[in-house]
Amino acid sequence: MSFLNKIKTFQGGVHPEEYKELTENLPFEIMPDPKRVIVPLSQHIGAPASVKVKKKDEVKKGQLLADQEGFISSPIYSPVSGKVVDVHLEPTASGFPQNSIVIDSIESEEEIRFEQLDPKTITAEEIRERVRLAGIVGQGGAAFPTYVKLTPPADKNIDCVILNGCECEPYLTRDYRFMLERSEDLITGLKLIMKALGVSKGAIGIEDNKPKAIEKLTKLCMNEENISVVSLKTKYPQGAEKMLIKAVLNREVPPGKLPLDVGVVIQNIGTALAINDAVCKGEPQITAALTVSGFGIKQPKNLIVKVGTPLSDVLDYCGGVKDNAAKVVVGGPMMGVAQYDFSAPVMKATSGILILTESEINAHEETPCLRCGKCIEVCPLNLTPTKLARYSQLEKLEEAEQLGITVCMECGTCAFVCPANIPLVQWIRLGKKRVLQIQRERKAS
Amino acid sequence: MNTITANPSYKLELAASPHVHSRWSTKQAMWLVLAAILPMVISAVVFFGLYQLLIIIVSVGFCVGTEAAVKAVRKRKISIGDGSAVITGLLLALILPPNFSLSSTAIGAIVSIGIGKEIFGGLGYNIFNPALVGRAFLQAAFPVPMTTWSQPNYAVDSISSATPLSAIKFDKVSTELSNLFLGNVGGSLGETSAIAVLLGGIFLIVIGVVNWRVPVSMTLGVIIFGGIFWLLDPAIYPNPLFHIFAGGFLVGALFMATDWVTSPLYGKGMWIFGAGIALVLVLIRLFGGLPEGVMYSILFMNAFVPLINRYTKPRIFGKEK
Repeated sequence: MSFLNKIKTFQGGVHPEEYKELTENLPFEIMPDPKRVIVPLSQHIGAPASVKVKKKDEVKKGQLLADQEGFISSPIYSPVSGKVVDVHLEPTASGFPQNSIVIDSIESEEEIRFEQLDPKTITAEEIRERVRLAGIVGQGGAAFPTYVKLTPPADKNIDCVILNGCECEPYLTRDYRFMLERSEDLITGLKLIMKALGVSKGAIGIEDNKPKAIEKLTKLCMNEENISVVSLKTKYPQGAEKMLIKAVLNREVPPGKLPLDVGVVIQNIGTALAINDAVCKGEPQITAALTVSGFGIKQPKNLIVKVGTPLSDVLDYCGGVKDNAAKVVVGGPMMGVAQYDFSAPVMKATSGILILTESEINAHEETPCLRCGKCIEVCPLNLTPTKLARYSQLEKLEEAEQLGITVCMECGTCAFVCPANIPLVQWIRLGKKRVLQIQRERKAS
Repeated sequence: MNTITANPSYKLELAASPHVHSRWSTKQAMWLVLAAILPMVISAVVFFGLYQLLIIIVSVGFCVGTEAAVKAVRKRKISIGDGSAVITGLLLALILPPNFSLSSTAIGAIVSIGIGKEIFGGLGYNIFNPALVGRAFLQAAFPVPMTTWSQPNYAVDSISSATPLSAIKFDKVSTELSNLFLGNVGGSLGETSAIAVLLGGIFLIVIGVVNWRVPVSMTLGVIIFGGIFWLLDPAIYPNPLFHIFAGGFLVGALFMATDWVTSPLYGKGMWIFGAGIALVLVLIRLFGGLPEGVMYSILFMNAFVPLINRYTKPRIFGKEK
């Protein structure tokens, strides 16, 4: 019945309180360099980068600190000029400590950049190489090395690039500010991605709670025959790859497959801009753009900070936290990670820091499942979260596998609505991990 | 420095995502259901007198008491706060005949919670609607008092001690739809006034506590199945609107069949469930020995819910059709 739905979207989903008004009208501020940066070697999916500096080395801003290790990996550059203090384990926002390069910064104007390239004359091969060299990773949260995404296997027939401007997570306004403040660069970035992939069709999908961004980009794309701006219904998780492709192109990515398999490459707004900066300005990815928000922070902000800046420095820069802060989350409130150590650094793909208070968390007591079916109604992938969680809890992994536990993308929609407040995602995540382990063993034997 | 790290007195929560939660909670949903039942309680008192309040109090009291007793014996946490025993008690009272014996009411309440719910493990694990289990037990144990109907206070005609359904079944006397609608007819405490039932039921659908699919499929089912017979011979079979407004149909469709625990999980399953209830209901009403069939038709379909769930799983996103 898609002809009945005027506004493009997907089935299921929820509409959490947005709270975007806290930061949506605040332009980006550039935070000064911190005294000390902590640069983890693995800020991406894939193998950690291999260290190229040692203790007491003097490094310049933009200098290579650690190089790519294998195909799926990404090099890391120094975000500041300074002196390497040590390379050792440090806490990270993922909850797992990681080998990190610790650098004390010194004030210096010196900076190493790549040669600037002309986006009009650049070749596809040059774009891919620059994206790889600049250490660009996906800004949507998964931090997948971008050049890999721009190098699809020869048998995949890609016909469309979609820029993900949904920003469906509540609070976050980073992509929105980017779309408003750097619209031209964004279009250049999109064109570079299209060129790298040899694709003639581009789209920018934006939720309809950002009318200004839609208007501005639509105006800019008036004379771009190949690029369309698509207004999408404001609904979480509209920005999930599968949901976005469904809404924009009405194609469904089968379970276990990638957007590549239906001819689509999706890039985040921040990634497109990083590509633009790497090509046109010769900048390696040494900054992260993030929204600092929530009712528990004194001054909510949209910030550009150096990769490696400790969370505590960022919170201080935003006036510090209020006394009623109850939870600190890196990322969005639906899929982010709760923090316990604020010396953890900002990484390449960090999109936000949220200081939440009890009134926003809205937690209540866990009760038995009443089979109300709300989780099923809202699951964008048509799964049965309550049963998956139950099977995981009872370690009935075969049943869980049959019910499609590995399809789950952990968007959190089910746990958000569950009246019984069952930690559905937590159980499903655990079960999924175990089932994947079994599947790997099965494959190996 | 004004950081969290510099101030160890901060107590921060650590939990898996998502970190925010909707306004929904079990407790809140239960209280909303209670609010939706209120108009029926009022109509019971208005049409049948204050004594009905005693039935309601006894029913609720014994439901809550039974639950507390079972939990104490099983050494489980007392769960009265979730309000579900109160709802079962209210619903049981509302489907009993007016002026019903208080001791029998107590027995019904004990069976509802004890056999209908706690024996399966408590809230969330029962297969059959607890209030209907209690009523089915009473129907079997006390068949005569269970079918003795008092006249409502403002009765205009004198089909003595009959419900509209038994009137049409045994005496071939039809009742005005307008009386059915307002509630000026014989019947169980809560079912007499269609308007009171609809008020609460539609409220629950609008706020999203009750899924619309079950009541809608039941209604459509009754219109189709009842309509077929009515078209075959309008002289023998009542018109489908009568089926909808007479007896316990509306209470069943809006408050019993929609019980979260004992109804199907998936949308498609809800349609099958509702249509199944409608079919069994029409067959009992037209051809069974009893004038009313809402209770048995819902209990009957409750038994099929696990099977319905098994065969109505939706297609996982992206999987081939």
